[in-house]
Amino acid sequence: MILAGIQRSKRYTIAMMGSAIVAGALVASFCSFQLHAATGKATELPPQVDKINSSIAQVWKDYSIKPSPVEDDLKWCRRLYLDLIGRIPSYSELQDYAKDKSADRKLRLVQRLLEDDTYTEEYAANWSSIWTNILIGRNGGMERRTLISRDGMQKYLRDCFARNRPYNEMVYDLVTATGTTKPGTTGFNGATNFLVMKVIEEDAVQATSAVSKTFLGLQVQCTQCHNHPFNEWKQQKFWEFNAFFRQTRSLRRFENGTQDVDFAELVDQDFAGEGGNPELADLYFQLRNGVTKVAYPVFVDGTEIGKSGYVEQINRRKELGKMIVQSEFLDKMIVNRMWAHFMGYGFTRPIDDLGPHNPSSHPELLEQMGADFRKASYDLKQLITWIVMSQPYGLSSKIMPENQQDDPTVGEPPKFTHFYSRQMRAEELYQSLVVATQADRKGSLEAQERRRNEWIKQFVVAFGTDEGDETSTFNGSIPQSLMMFNGELIREAISLEPGSWLQRIANDRSGPNEKVQYLFIAGLARKAKSEEMKVAEALLRSNKGDAKAMLQDMWWAILNSNEFIINH
Amino acid sequence: MWNSYKTPQGMDRRHFMSHIAGASAMYGTSLAFGQSLRAQADQLKKNHKSAILLWMSGGPATIDIWDLKPGTTNGGPFKAISTSGNVQISEHMPLMAKQMHHMAIVRSMSTREADHNRGRYYMHTGYVPDPNIEHPSYGAVVAHELMSQRSGLDIPPFVSVGGASEGPGFLGMAWSPFNVSSNGRIRNLESKKDEDRLKERMASLSLIENGFIAQKRGSIAEDHRKILAKTYDVMTSKQMDAFKVELEPDAVKERYGKGFGEGCLLARRLVEAGVPFVEVDLGGWDMHRGIHTELADTKLPALDKGMSALVEDLAQRGLLEDTAIIWMGEFGRTPRINGEAGRDHWARAWSVVVGGAGMKGGIAVGATNENGTEVVGEPYSSEDVMASVCKALGIRLETTFQSKSGRPMKIANGGKLITDLFA
Repeated sequence: MILAGIQRSKRYTIAMMGSAIVAGALVASFCSFQLHAATGKATELPPQVDKINSSIAQVWKDYSIKPSPVEDDLKWCRRLYLDLIGRIPSYSELQDYAKDKSADRKLRLVQRLLEDDTYTEEYAANWSSIWTNILIGRNGGMERRTLISRDGMQKYLRDCFARNRPYNEMVYDLVTATGTTKPGTTGFNGATNFLVMKVIEEDAVQATSAVSKTFLGLQVQCTQCHNHPFNEWKQQKFWEFNAFFRQTRSLRRFENGTQDVDFAELVDQDFAGEGGNPELADLYFQLRNGVTKVAYPVFVDGTEIGKSGYVEQINRRKELGKMIVQSEFLDKMIVNRMWAHFMGYGFTRPIDDLGPHNPSSHPELLEQMGADFRKASYDLKQLITWIVMSQPYGLSSKIMPENQQDDPTVGEPPKFTHFYSRQMRAEELYQSLVVATQADRKGSLEAQERRRNEWIKQFVVAFGTDEGDETSTFNGSIPQSLMMFNGELIREAISLEPGSWLQRIANDRSGPNEKVQYLFIAGLARKAKSEEMKVAEALLRSNKGDAKAMLQDMWWAILNSNEFIINH
Repeated sequence: MWNSYKTPQGMDRRHFMSHIAGASAMYGTSLAFGQSLRAQADQLKKNHKSAILLWMSGGPATIDIWDLKPGTTNGGPFKAISTSGNVQISEHMPLMAKQMHHMAIVRSMSTREADHNRGRYYMHTGYVPDPNIEHPSYGAVVAHELMSQRSGLDIPPFVSVGGASEGPGFLGMAWSPFNVSSNGRIRNLESKKDEDRLKERMASLSLIENGFIAQKRGSIAEDHRKILAKTYDVMTSKQMDAFKVELEPDAVKERYGKGFGEGCLLARRLVEAGVPFVEVDLGGWDMHRGIHTELADTKLPALDKGMSALVEDLAQRGLLEDTAIIWMGEFGRTPRINGEAGRDHWARAWSVVVGGAGMKGGIAVGATNENGTEVVGEPYSSEDVMASVCKALGIRLETTFQSKSGRPMKIANGGKLITDLFA
């Protein structure tokens, strides 16, 4: 019995591998699954899935290309766990899935990950980390002199995703938030962390470009200074949009009796206007030819809300929030974002530029899904289900001669004839190691999150500009490989210390071959090939029969492989 | 390479390797990750051109450093001082003033990208951002072109010190910048395992690695393998001592200074070791307010110390004739001083500084008008600077690359030579 006799811990990570497994039987069940994979049409797929399938297939037909075959079931399972809850499935989760022979096992797994209480926390944490990066970047709240509370941002987002807050309401929260940034303070509202540093300058230029880009897919940053040659946006429009943020202020709150900023409060205050008349609160900007023009709040579609700067008369951000959630750009932007998350590429490049100068690869599908998402009351879990149950998401990542021309890495618009392999995000690697091997799983959820943030920080390079631009060296380059070879996280993952994951496997009564199989399934969602078993035997000999050392070497090799780190 | 030399000790290990070799043959792919040979570092030094890019992240106010307009409304408080060359520069660059006979100021830069991301991309690649194609940065291009002369180099050929630089684009991950901090420390470099055991692990890894590549799931799998090979080199090569800035004499360390200066010292050591392209980052130039205090008090002293030490040291060691130095940021800053005593982004008229590798020093190329707002005479671009540096490095300007989609791309995007630098 592998792992038999291990005390079940309160922590779910132990539970997930603690269900005593007979290694021999495990391997057999994986085999029989491969031989007798159930076929047949899954029941009760939402109709939106069909729409996606036929729309995608139409493009295949237009270009005379063929899709790759359906992906191996366990690989698909690994892919789904990574994309949906941000980590690979554990050994026993894979085994559970392999045991399910029903025709609709895929849909059942999707629903389990989305609806079962066991996964609520992880689902929320994963999407919170994704959205934290979208809203404040990987560096947000980590710099000196920042007003952002990263904890506060994540807390707000975790609550949203745990309760499956409709997307339109989440956007309204983020655009209109007032309150304090830091958890535990009076008037705390974590949503304020999105804008708190973006209105720190009086002209709120960062808020303007971030809100329009993130929620509407409209890139306006260049039009701040000049009319954009390829973009319908004109300088006038930029400042009209900007005018919505002119009542908003970030106020510093200090630690008692010191000059140290403890947290901040985001408030709306009367805007007197640059002309000094709050009834007609105007702002001025300069055209490149030196002519000064005036702007009042006007939404992108031309809707005006009046010119008063008094919050009691017109709360500019609230008016903006209402119009944003009415806009069909909102629908298209989130569909494009979610599609790109799961499929590797969106319908446009970049995904957050939906202007008419940047045509989409599947315009009708994008419109259709946007409209369907609105009809579904902005329920993100439904949108996720449509995408992951679609045919293209289920295709093999193997590239066939019939579809090798479908290669977005060379700049071709994606046709989704095969799943596009991609490297795990840093967060996904971290969570996968934490869950698959329980490296570094100590303390409260918040403490773990902080530790993860610290770990991720080593890969973040900030450019030190006002916009807070940053990049990541977790991009398949040498520093990343060095971390995988020698880093502390990997050392913990392959540790043979008492109580470690690997040590428990090593101490099991099953034979070395079964243990090697266990490692391959846990890491790569497949069994070891015969030549890989031979290497394991050779490793055992060169380690002078020390099976623990052999397992350690093998696990190191698995974790460092392309097959492990590439979501495929 | 890690598996092409030195058999592991003992019968068991040899047995082990034969097993691996047999298993690997099943895939029909080589066990080896790469083919490079080790050579003595001494050989690498000789007659090899290199380039050092001093990257001023954030957009430096060149009007306050290299092209002053004292006495005009836009001029600001700084005075111009004479130098060892036939040019004047800011009074806050006294050490560089003694080195200007080595360097040329191109005062007629005129570009179009005044957004940080776009400007960074354009100045690093010579192309404006295009969502459908990733262009290689100059560091990757130069490394790619000069690497054929240094088959024995184990250090990554493109090193970025203290910043992120830009990526290798369609040249592939093998040409991506190797990022280190300015003190040369490399995270996670030390392996806790003996080399034999590491080698066995690598062999086991290569089997999984090659098996996955054979499944044809995209080029990313092959890229990963190339990086593994380089990582192994980085972990095991003696050449990596070049990163140990601390080995320098105290007087030298003092001359260069900390932070950016340390990065410059590291760049010199890397060039000596044969690295073709090193980028050193000095950030924090995005001064929308209070610019002159910050320049005078912190930024220019740091720049002056590090840059002058580098130029002087390279010249004294006879390395400057083979090493091109490029100083630039993503753009300049507005000649007009804004309401908060800062300067905003300005790409229309600004300066870069180049020198070494046979380029003419002590001169200013081109000029701006009285207020610094426009270029007078012929304007130069990122492409032109790159073309000139390529010529200095002996890289043919007819060189073309093929993007992944098969599109031919001229080196330096077809930029023209700045002929004054070669007169």
